[in-house]
Amino acid sequence: MHPAPSVIVFTALSGLGFGLLAWLGIGRPDVAGAAAFGLYFLGYALAVGGLTASAFHLANPRNAPKAFSQWRTSWLSREAVLAVAALLAVAPYAFGRIFLGGAPGWLGFVGAVLSLATVFTTSMIYTQLKTIPRWHHPLTPVLFLGYAIGGGALIAGQATPAAFLLAATGVAQIAAWVIGDGLFARAGHTRETATGLGRIGKVRQLESPHSGSNYLLKEMAYSVGRKHAEKLRVIGTALAFLLPLLILLGTPFGPLWAGLSVACHLVGVFVVRWLFFAEAKHVVSLYYAG
Amino acid sequence: MTSLPEKTGKKLGLVIDLDTCVGCHACVVNCKEWNTSNYGAPLSDMDAYGSNPVGTFLNRVHSYEVTPDTGLAQTVHFPKSCLHCEDAPCVTVCPTGASYKRVEDGIVLVNEDDCMGCGLCAWACPYGARELDQLAGVMKKCTLCVDRIYNDNIPEEDRVPACVRTCPAGARHFGDFADPDSPVSRLTAERGGMELMPEQGTKPVNRYLPPRQKDASLSEIKALGGDIEEPKGLLAWLDKALEAI
Ligand code: SF4
Ligand code: SF4
Repeated sequence: MHPAPSVIVFTALSGLGFGLLAWLGIGRPDVAGAAAFGLYFLGYALAVGGLTASAFHLANPRNAPKAFSQWRTSWLSREAVLAVAALLAVAPYAFGRIFLGGAPGWLGFVGAVLSLATVFTTSMIYTQLKTIPRWHHPLTPVLFLGYAIGGGALIAGQATPAAFLLAATGVAQIAAWVIGDGLFARAGHTRETATGLGRIGKVRQLESPHSGSNYLLKEMAYSVGRKHAEKLRVIGTALAFLLPLLILLGTPFGPLWAGLSVACHLVGVFVVRWLFFAEAKHVVSLYYAG
Repeated sequence: MTSLPEKTGKKLGLVIDLDTCVGCHACVVNCKEWNTSNYGAPLSDMDAYGSNPVGTFLNRVHSYEVTPDTGLAQTVHFPKSCLHCEDAPCVTVCPTGASYKRVEDGIVLVNEDDCMGCGLCAWACPYGARELDQLAGVMKKCTLCVDRIYNDNIPEEDRVPACVRTCPAGARHFGDFADPDSPVSRLTAERGGMELMPEQGTKPVNRYLPPRQKDASLSEIKALGGDIEEPKGLLAWLDKALEAI
């Protein structure tokens, strides 16, 4: 799939933002006043910034408000509804923390649950697609939630949970790559089933249906060279997990080191999310040569 | 809107005969002509007169070579457009309600006034049947020429999809699959009409008729220049005479 910057930024930033808001909702760290303002500002900036980036992916954003209407069937619509619900639910709790020195715990908890539910719905937009076997797997929501909660813990300065969560998410990510590599073949889609011509013999493309490119090829036929994918997996793992873990375990975890670990993690998440799209193969590619 | 109907009154769709299709692309051209000037936004072309033209089409003709275990390979021309699936994943993923499947006849349509151009429906379709128009920013797909088939203002013989009307080989048929006696249902039953990628579970309405079994003698054709028979009788004499000149 074409790794569009808008969707990479959207999923990466909004995930981290909602993850941070979830930690703040359960009172970790237990902040008030200016400190709370700083963290809530960051949480909202990431979440809203990510959601805004997603609007750049729309060819006709004028109709975006209609995306709140189909929550009964559409995960994208559910995501829109929950994102707004989460941002609204977190606001009074944040207000209490910042200006009143505190707020009822249950209110924060509701905000935290809605924040994570939003991340889950984001992941389901991709997981639901049977046409992209690499995504159509339970590890996809696990990873999206892992990145959100783990990265959120890192930004929230929760050193011990962050270390555990990053390690676990890193393992899940490597598992997703290894398992993901075989999912297309396991799904059983071939050029022969796609054309129905398998009953006669082996099928190969003789001639392309069009001499130029088209929307399908641009959008769905992106494939990253295997060699690059492997290198990027290593780079992504090092930045998103290994370096932050080293910093968490090996340094006196102060603001400077914390900032560095978050920066590392963020760049790593961008690399990994780029791969998430670039490595995903859509079944429509079977109708074309590659 | 984006929940699928339990059951549709009719099941309108196409039968595409892969045995008959000669790959002339007339259906592609007539589809573009009709649909760029009627239902919804025109089918735009970008850089139409430049070096890298790209355009929106609702119907494309692929060409494949199929090689059996024994015998000769054969060429199959393969037109592909929306299959108007009964279990259309493109409809349920749509967040705005723009995509829908009609209860009365099963046609899958996009209401362009509601579409926000997110492209998720195109991702959900296994067959590459949806293309986002780069100029209009809305999703385009085959409408089964909904503006022809019920149109009292055009002659009756024209009330079929433009691709069916134009096909010079008669490789495309339009009709109601819900009626077991309709020509399309009978063709499908007689010729073993098949679904594309059935393992995706989309239950496509359109059916493809597989190429007929080739004559056995065809696979016995020897390569040209192999063993040419020695001439006999008058031909042998001619052969010799000509050689002597
Ligand atoms: S062919 Fe594709 S666009 Fe048409 S109904 Fe099926 S899934 Fe939807
Ligand atoms: S591109 Fe339009 S029709 Fe397709 S899912 Fe998005 S809003 Fe719905």
